[in-house]
Amino acid sequence: MDRFSVFSARLVDKSENFTSGHRACQGCAEALAVRLVMKALGRDTIVAMSTGCMEIISSPLPLTSWKVPWIHNAFENSAAVISGCESGMKAMMRKGKLPAKKINFVGMGGDGATADIGMGALSGALERGHDMIYVCYDNEAYMNTGIQRSSSTPFGASTTTSPAGKASMGQHTRKKNMAQIAVAHNIPYVATACSSFPFDLMEKVKRASETPGAAYVHILSVCPTGWRIQPHDAIKYGRLAVDACVFPLYEVVNGKYSLTYRPQRIIPVKEYLGGQGRFRHLTEKQVEQIQAFVDTDYQKIVKLSDEV
Amino acid sequence: MAKPMEQITWQELEIGAVVTEVGSARQYHTGSWRSERPVVNKDQCIKCGVCWLFCPDISIVRAAEGHFEADLTYCKGCGICAKECPVGCITMVGEEE
Repeated sequence: MDRFSVFSARLVDKSENFTSGHRACQGCAEALAVRLVMKALGRDTIVAMSTGCMEIISSPLPLTSWKVPWIHNAFENSAAVISGCESGMKAMMRKGKLPAKKINFVGMGGDGATADIGMGALSGALERGHDMIYVCYDNEAYMNTGIQRSSSTPFGASTTTSPAGKASMGQHTRKKNMAQIAVAHNIPYVATACSSFPFDLMEKVKRASETPGAAYVHILSVCPTGWRIQPHDAIKYGRLAVDACVFPLYEVVNGKYSLTYRPQRIIPVKEYLGGQGRFRHLTEKQVEQIQAFVDTDYQKIVKLSDEV
Repeated sequence: MAKPMEQITWQELEIGAVVTEVGSARQYHTGSWRSERPVVNKDQCIKCGVCWLFCPDISIVRAAEGHFEADLTYCKGCGICAKECPVGCITMVGEEE
């Protein structure tokens, strides 16, 4: 995929399937990620969305930000609902009750809905091989209810249920690697993306929609409120996460890994952790420990993507 | 939606709380949240559209002259456009009374 080019922004489709008037916090990169995903998918899309930030901010009852058929469901079952939609529509098309048409079936959820609560339903849907896309918006905690830790919260981050203090260094377990779990289901397409790299993100979502069978896209969505950063830095921290190799951008097509973005200069993890309030309490030693984790994980991905 | 949001009662909702009007959130003006507003220097703007692409509130619109500017009805004043503009032609100005 090509490197970021400022001039191609104008060539992107101007139609919006996710409208303004949503109630996300200032500088919410997750709302931006939803917007970009909907741009890539277009109008012929059915979305099932779990409880979470994006559901709350986009559909306060008499209003909706969506321009596509959208259904809200409980935390655990967006993957189950969308796989039911897919099977139902397929049957209706086969019986001639609906005109045959390519429709994108998209399940969406935050990291809590994906990695914690909806894990079982998602695993089942991926295993059954429905022609659907599951998009996870990972802001690394339950931000909607006030920054509680999820299994996607990174090592060392301070949240309201893993607070840093005298006896605690914040989150003491490591982040669950959902993309690798999806890869382990042997599905045709898995990708990681970040809203700070919009062209890369849209490219991956388009490829996921073209892939027959289940596809999983994991999107790192910076949350200024929960990460304790300035709203205008939301895009910058997404870039730093990718440049520090904390969140490598790669895709796995039929089990074949490829890194879609290799940082020209890999920055130390310290630069990424530095400005964030949730990592403010970390000691030198803990930062070194995180650096070691990141290096090992990144080398694994590099090794897998270099294999031919 | 014919009625403003505040005046709708529960009896008037569709069965199953289905919302039948697409994109109706546009009647909720998030611009009132703003404490700073982006101001574009039209002469410096290279009309690239990066601010438009990165706006989480979809509040950047293309003006008739070709440059991009914020629709203040929805702009929440996050400042991402000012930060990401490659030529730095957007400045955040404090809202006054």
